[in-house]
Amino acid sequence: MPTNAPAALSDVTASDGALRRFLHGLPGVDAVGLEARAASLGTRSIKTSAKAYAIDLAISMIDLTTLEGADTPGKVRALAAKAVNPDPTDRTTPHTAAVCVYPDMVATAKAALNGADVKVASVATAFPAGRAALDVKLADTRDAVAAGADEIDMVIDRGAFLAGKYLKVYEEILAVKEASGSARLKVIFETGELSTYDNIRRASWLGMLAGADFIKTSTGKVAVNATPANTLLMLEAVRDFREQTGVQVGVKPAGGIRTSKDAIKFLVLVNETAGADWLDSHWFRFGASSLLNDLLMQRQKLATGRYSGPDYVTVD
Amino acid sequence: MKSTVDADRLGVFKTYKLYVGGKFPRSESGRVYEVTDSKGKWLANAPLSSRKDARDAVVAARKAFGAWSGATAYNRGQVLYRVAEMLEGRRDQFVREVADAEGLSKSKAAAVVDAAIDRWVWYAGWTDKIAQVVGGANPVAGPFFNLSTPEPTGVVAVLAPQESSFLGLVSVIAPAIATGNTVVVVASEGAPLPALSLAEVLATSDVPGGVVNILSGRTAEIAAPLASHQDVNAIDLAGADEDLAKELETAAADNLKRVLRPQPVDFTAAPGTGRLTAFLETKTVWHPTGSLGASGSAY
Repeated sequence: MPTNAPAALSDVTASDGALRRFLHGLPGVDAVGLEARAASLGTRSIKTSAKAYAIDLAISMIDLTTLEGADTPGKVRALAAKAVNPDPTDRTTPHTAAVCVYPDMVATAKAALNGADVKVASVATAFPAGRAALDVKLADTRDAVAAGADEIDMVIDRGAFLAGKYLKVYEEILAVKEASGSARLKVIFETGELSTYDNIRRASWLGMLAGADFIKTSTGKVAVNATPANTLLMLEAVRDFREQTGVQVGVKPAGGIRTSKDAIKFLVLVNETAGADWLDSHWFRFGASSLLNDLLMQRQKLATGRYSGPDYVTVD
Repeated sequence: MKSTVDADRLGVFKTYKLYVGGKFPRSESGRVYEVTDSKGKWLANAPLSSRKDARDAVVAARKAFGAWSGATAYNRGQVLYRVAEMLEGRRDQFVREVADAEGLSKSKAAAVVDAAIDRWVWYAGWTDKIAQVVGGANPVAGPFFNLSTPEPTGVVAVLAPQESSFLGLVSVIAPAIATGNTVVVVASEGAPLPALSLAEVLATSDVPGGVVNILSGRTAEIAAPLASHQDVNAIDLAGADEDLAKELETAAADNLKRVLRPQPVDFTAAPGTGRLTAFLETKTVWHPTGSLGASGSAY
């Protein structure tokens, strides 16, 4: 069977049984310890020049997202303009890492970006539920890539994962990875639906074994999205994976991160867990929309000394 | 037996807290300061708010603004009347606190509290009448209906009067919220306890969380970030001295805040509509009368 797994781990994906043994053989997660660790890292006080650095870094890591049924070409163009130039009153503001849209909006986004150094990420594979036949998911993916997507955000089949059909999930990720071609693949686990921390750890390893370039917490469409604890857990997974295989995988928390304070807490998690290698928009992203406005308001506050307000940033 | 139990009993002290967004947080800074009565005897510790508390309060006030300004004037009147009802039930507590804070006799403090309760009722009555008084139809030279209506300014920072810790406080909060503004109030620096207790009344009077936010601490320290805050639309400088007022007015000019300068006020006198209209914006709409004019109708 085909495999993307690095040599050191090639045997674990040899069969359904081997994969199950490997994933269930991962150490169990100490939930209390994990949450306490995430909470204690969240108490770090980041001020003045460090804060300014963190805010600019966070802006440069944002996948500026619009995933609504009501998305219009106009809204996507506005989003793209904002991604390139988040604060027109201050040209020193960095641009965001990417815009994230549905596949049918990729072409619009690509045209609106007009060659700017902002990537176009597209959700695919029957986002957000992932409930469709593999052929449909692959067609969805190829569509997005053909329209010019630089990155593909796929969702895993949570039903299959929870039913223990790990190999099915693995093979699906492989197939989507192949369909994505040179586009970087982000694999969304929808951690809010995986019930346990153990499952999140297993999903992380499963995704990385299948060749994910990024592992991503959530779609933003369910009640529980990115939390410091589940992101910390995934950061530990990418750290351990690189230690074992030498392959570096990115992490993207998405959904529910709305304030600069939250974003900076996540950056602390990254630095303290995975390390400074991940403090780069190539390896860490925020899936967010309203977060950018809050970061811009904080940036204005640092620049002027006055608290800013929502009247001074765009509505969307 | 009963008397010995009373003698041995340890009193339960109240922890005075801020009132922000309908909740009672401590100061984000964790600081407190000692509040004394008029003779210098310790009364309680009050939170010493920081600029971050001010920022949080503005966020809460902004969040509450849409629903409060969108509520019907009649509904706002009912809510303000409800505040008076709740205050009446806790009259004794406020008489005691005002007497301690301002060094008044029991009977004088009672008169102050009664006046404050009546002031809520007075402004409750104004909520659905102010539009008729300051708005209306304007005669224009053209086939138009031309109508002006007052609208609330937005988030108003209020520096409560320093001397009149309760009647003065009510006299600056009630008119601002009666017309649909939401407020961030900096309580009297020396006598913040009646203001912090008023928060408990507001929280149980159907006033939506965030409509009134009350901070205690050093007026100058909290007022500076409020005056320069880009998301505050107006500032009432009642509790600022001359130097501070000048400084704050300069800072407030940056985003064209509406400013109400400090002025000598006798809070026991009938307040008039001055403070009601201080934080209103006039919206005028032109509506064509259409074919009525074209057809030569005398209408």
